Amino acid sequence: MEFRFSPLSELRRALDSGMVSVEELAQDYLAALKNEPFGASLAVAPELTLKQARYCQNLLEKTPPDQRSPLLGLPVIHKDVFVTTGWPTTAGSKILENYQSPFNAQAVDQLESAGMVCLGKANCDEFAMGSTNEHSAYKPARNPWDTRRIPGGSSGGSAVAVAAGLAPAATGTDTGGSIRQPAAMCGITGIKPTYGRVSRWGLVAYASSLDQAGPMARTAQDCAWMLSAMAGFDPKDSTSLNEPSEDFARLLGKPMTDAASTEQPLRGLRLGMPSQYFSNQISPAVAKALEAALQVLRGLGAETLEVDLPRTELSLPAYYVIAPAEASSNLSRFDGVRYGHRSEKATDLESLYCLSRTEAFGPEVRRRILLGSYVLSHGYYDAYYLQAQKVRRLVAMDFDRAFEHCDFIVGPVSPVTAWRLGDSPALEAAKDNPLLAEYLSDVFTLGASLSGLPAMSMPCGFESTAGGHRLPVGLQLIGPRFEEAKMLALADHFQLATNFHEQTPDFSGAQS
Amino acid sequence: MTTWEIVVGLETHVQLKTRSKMFSPAPTAFGAKPNTQAHPIDLALPGVLPSPNLGAIDCAIRFGLAVGGEIARRSVFARKNYFYPDLPKGYQISQFELPVVAGGSLSFCLSDGSERTVQLTRAHLEEDAGKSVHEGLAGLAPQTSGIDLNRAGTPLLEIVTEPVMRSAQEAAAYARALHGLVTWMDICDGNLQEGSFRCDANVSVRPKGSEAFGTRCEIKNINSFRFLERAIEYEAARQIELIESGGQVRQETRLFDPDRDETRSMRSKEDAHDYRYFPDPDLPTLLIDEKTIDQVRQSMPILPKQARLKLMEQFGLSAQDADLVAASREALSFFQKTVEALPGLEPTKTAKLVANWMAADLSTFLNRSEGLGYGEAPVTPLLLASLLQRLGDGTISSKIARELFAQLWQDPKQTVDGLIESQGLRQVQDTGQIDGWVAEVISANPKMVDEYKAGKDKALNAMVGQVMKKSQGKANPSAVTQALKSKLDA
Repeated sequence: MEFRFSPLSELRRALDSGMVSVEELAQDYLAALKNEPFGASLAVAPELTLKQARYCQNLLEKTPPDQRSPLLGLPVIHKDVFVTTGWPTTAGSKILENYQSPFNAQAVDQLESAGMVCLGKANCDEFAMGSTNEHSAYKPARNPWDTRRIPGGSSGGSAVAVAAGLAPAATGTDTGGSIRQPAAMCGITGIKPTYGRVSRWGLVAYASSLDQAGPMARTAQDCAWMLSAMAGFDPKDSTSLNEPSEDFARLLGKPMTDAASTEQPLRGLRLGMPSQYFSNQISPAVAKALEAALQVLRGLGAETLEVDLPRTELSLPAYYVIAPAEASSNLSRFDGVRYGHRSEKATDLESLYCLSRTEAFGPEVRRRILLGSYVLSHGYYDAYYLQAQKVRRLVAMDFDRAFEHCDFIVGPVSPVTAWRLGDSPALEAAKDNPLLAEYLSDVFTLGASLSGLPAMSMPCGFESTAGGHRLPVGLQLIGPRFEEAKMLALADHFQLATNFHEQTPDFSGAQS
Repeated sequence: MTTWEIVVGLETHVQLKTRSKMFSPAPTAFGAKPNTQAHPIDLALPGVLPSPNLGAIDCAIRFGLAVGGEIARRSVFARKNYFYPDLPKGYQISQFELPVVAGGSLSFCLSDGSERTVQLTRAHLEEDAGKSVHEGLAGLAPQTSGIDLNRAGTPLLEIVTEPVMRSAQEAAAYARALHGLVTWMDICDGNLQEGSFRCDANVSVRPKGSEAFGTRCEIKNINSFRFLERAIEYEAARQIELIESGGQVRQETRLFDPDRDETRSMRSKEDAHDYRYFPDPDLPTLLIDEKTIDQVRQSMPILPKQARLKLMEQFGLSAQDADLVAASREALSFFQKTVEALPGLEPTKTAKLVANWMAADLSTFLNRSEGLGYGEAPVTPLLLASLLQRLGDGTISSKIARELFAQLWQDPKQTVDGLIESQGLRQVQDTGQIDGWVAEVISANPKMVDEYKAGKDKALNAMVGQVMKKSQGKANPSAVTQALKSKLDA
C-alpha cells in the first residue's frame, strides 16, 4: 500500500490526478485498520465509510480541481469522544458501551462537509483522562515505534492510527496535553488550538473550561488544512469564539517577518525558551533532541532567548483541582437512568447510582470524580477550587508576560519519551509513585491548557533505546491567542528543513 | 405567657413565559405527551451544551426593573449538583453568587387596606427539573417510577424575599401581589394548577421584641395562596407549641399536606445535600449592557402601582376601586375601553360607575365562569358601555340593567337596545302611570301609611318597593319616591 504513510497533501495530488479513487484510498486504510496490532481503533463500519467515499468520489468528479476542498475524499479517524451517528461512541468507557448518538459532533460534521471520509473511531483513555491510553476500558493502544510501549494519551488511538499508517489524519482532544503528548510520543504533528476555536458541541465532556479539539496528522500543513475545516463559531457552544473563519494554511511557506529571507525565513522571529522547561527534569535524550531542533530553528534565522514562566510547577496542582472538579460534575449524567450501563444488581435508587457507576467507571475516572467532588465540597471550595482558579490566572499572566519578549515559546512536550506499558515515567520528583509520575509528566503541556493558548507538537528527533527502537521526541510550540496560522507556518518551515516527520516506524517485527 | 412573632421569607419559582427552554430549543408548552418535548440537551446526552435563552434573560430584566432592583451587568450561571432521576445532567443550572437581579421591593395592600412593602433579596434564573411520576402509570411494574422530562429545562425566575413578613396573611398577600405583577409584566402565565408559580416558605417564630431569628423550617412547593396561608399558620403554630412544651425547632425541609392540613418533615439539615455549587464552565459570564436594559425598559408596560395612582388622580377613583381596576392588565384594559366608549358622561362619574360594575356584577359572573379573564368576558367593554349608556340616560333602571347584564352574559349577540325594546323594559317616567300605582299601593297598605305617618322611614321604602314591583321594575325609583311622598305628606 503505497499511500499509507503519505501526508494529506500527497493524497490530495493522488486523488486529483486520478492515481487512486476515494473509495480505493478508504479501502486501503480500512484494510490496514482491520486486525491491526496496535489497539488504535474502537469501532469501524466499512460499509458506511465506503458509502461516504463513493459520495465524495462522485462529488470530486463533478467538481473542477481548483474548486475542490483540499480535504475532499481524504480519510480521517475520530477520537471516540466525538459523538457520531454512524459509529458508536464510548469515550473509552464501559459506561457508554454501544452508545449510539442521535447527532454528530460539530467538528465531525464540519470535516464531513469539507469532504473527509470517516474511517471509524479511535481508542483513547476513558473520558480522555490519562496520559498513556492504558486507561481505555477496552484495550490499551500500543506505540508503533515499540509496541511494548505506550503511545501517550489520552488521544493515543488517534496518534497511533496516524503513526502506524492506519489513517492519514485523526481528530483528538486536548484538556491538559492529550493531543500534544501522544503526537510527540508517536512522532506525528498535532495542534491544540486557542480555547473556543473548535466547537465543543458533541465532545463527550471531560473538563469544559479546558477541553479543546484539534487535528493530528503527519505534517503542519495537514493540520492547517484540517483546522481550517474544524474551527469556526458555533452558536450551540456558548464558549465558542465569535471569530471569522480562517484559512490556517494561508501563511505556510511564506517569510515569517519583514526581516526574513528565503534562506532565513524565520529571521526576526523570537523564540522564548522558558528556563523552567529546559531544566534537569527532562531526560538527556529529550534535551539533546530539543537542542538539535533549536539549532535548526536558529539556522533558519530565529532568535532564541530565555523567558520565565515562574508558575510552571503550580500549573500541575491547579490543573488537578480544576479538571477533576469539572469532570465530577460533567460525568454525573452517567447515572444509569436514561442511557449507558445500568447495574442489574440495583435494588433501589441509591444502589442504581452507586452500582452502575462503580461497575462501569474505571479506576482513573473514579479517582478524578472523587477528587473533583472533594475540592468542590462545602468548606473546601475556597481552599481548593477558588485557589486553583487564582493560580490559573497567574499561570496565564506568566504567558502574557513572556509573549512581551518573544513571538512563540518553544520547549519539550513531555520530559521523557514513551515508557513501557504498565510502567511509569522515570521522574526523579515522583520516585516510587507511578500515579504521580504520570501526572507530573504533563507539566509542560498544562500551562497552555490552563491559559487557553494554542500549542502544538511536532517531531524533532529520536531517542535510541537499548532494544534497538527509535522513540520519537516532540517539540512543543506555544503561541499567543489566535496565532495558530503563524504557529503552523513556523512548524511548516521547520518541517521543510527536517525530515523527522517523514520517518516511519519499522514494525515488521510487531506482534499482532 | 410569651407573645410570639412569626417570621416569614418566601422563595417563589416563577415559570417564565418563553416559547423555548432555558438552555435548549425544545418547546415549553404544558400538557404534551411525556418526553415529547425533550431535546438532547434536556436529556443530557453526551456532548450537548447549554445555550442561554435570551428571552428568559429579558424577562428577568423586566422583573428587575419592575421591582426597582439592580440588574447585574455581570452575573454567573452556576451548577447545583445532586443526583435525582428527573435531573438528567446530575446538576441544575442556576445562579448562586452573582444573580441577575439584586434587591428591589414589592408594595401591596392587606385586606384591611394597610400598605406593606416587602424587600427582595434577589431574583435569579435557573432551569426546572423534570417530573417523577410514582403512580398511575399504565404498563409500569409496582415500585417503579416514570420520568417525564418535558418540564426539564423550563426557565424559572426564583424570587427571594428578605425574612420581613410577620404573618401568614401578609405572606399570602405578598404572593398574590407578586403573582399579579409577574402576570401584569407578561413574564409568567400565572397558572397555579400547572405549577407556573410555586412558593417555598421559610418560617420561624421568636418572642415578640426579640432581634434574633428562631430556627427556620422551609415548606416546599406550595402552589396555592390559600395553602400557603394555611401551611404557614400550621407551621408557626407547630413551632410555638414545640417550643412552649420545652422542645426545639430543628432546621428542616417540610412538605404541606393540604388534605390533612399539616406540614410533614421531608429531610433534616443533617441530610441536606452539599450541592457543590461552582460556576458552570459551559456558560460564560452573563453580560447585560445598558443598551439591552434600555430596550427592555422601552418595552415595559405601565406598572401596576403607576396605573393605580393614575386611576386615582385622573379618574378620582378610591384606593379600593383603583386596586380592583389595576389588579391585572386585562382588568385595566377592560376599564379603559369601557370608559372610552362612554363619552357623554362626566369622566369621574363614568369611572366610578364602570368601577362599580367591575367590582359587582362583572366580578361575580367572572368568578362563576371558572378561569375566565376580563379579556374573555362575553359582555365586552363595548357591550357594557352601551348598557351603562342606557342606565345613565335614564332609559332603564339599575335593576333592569342588572337583569340585562345577566341576559347579555348568556347571549352576547343581543344588543342592549334590542332587548329593551323587545322586552318593553324602558323605564316609566310617565307621572300619570306612576301616580296610579302609588294610589293603588297606598290604599292597599293602610298599616304602612300609619307607620310612615308615625315617622318610620322604613315604611316608605317598603311602599317604594311595592310600586316598583307593580311596575315590573320599570318605574324610575326616585320619581316613585317623589310621588309617594307628595301623596302621603299632602
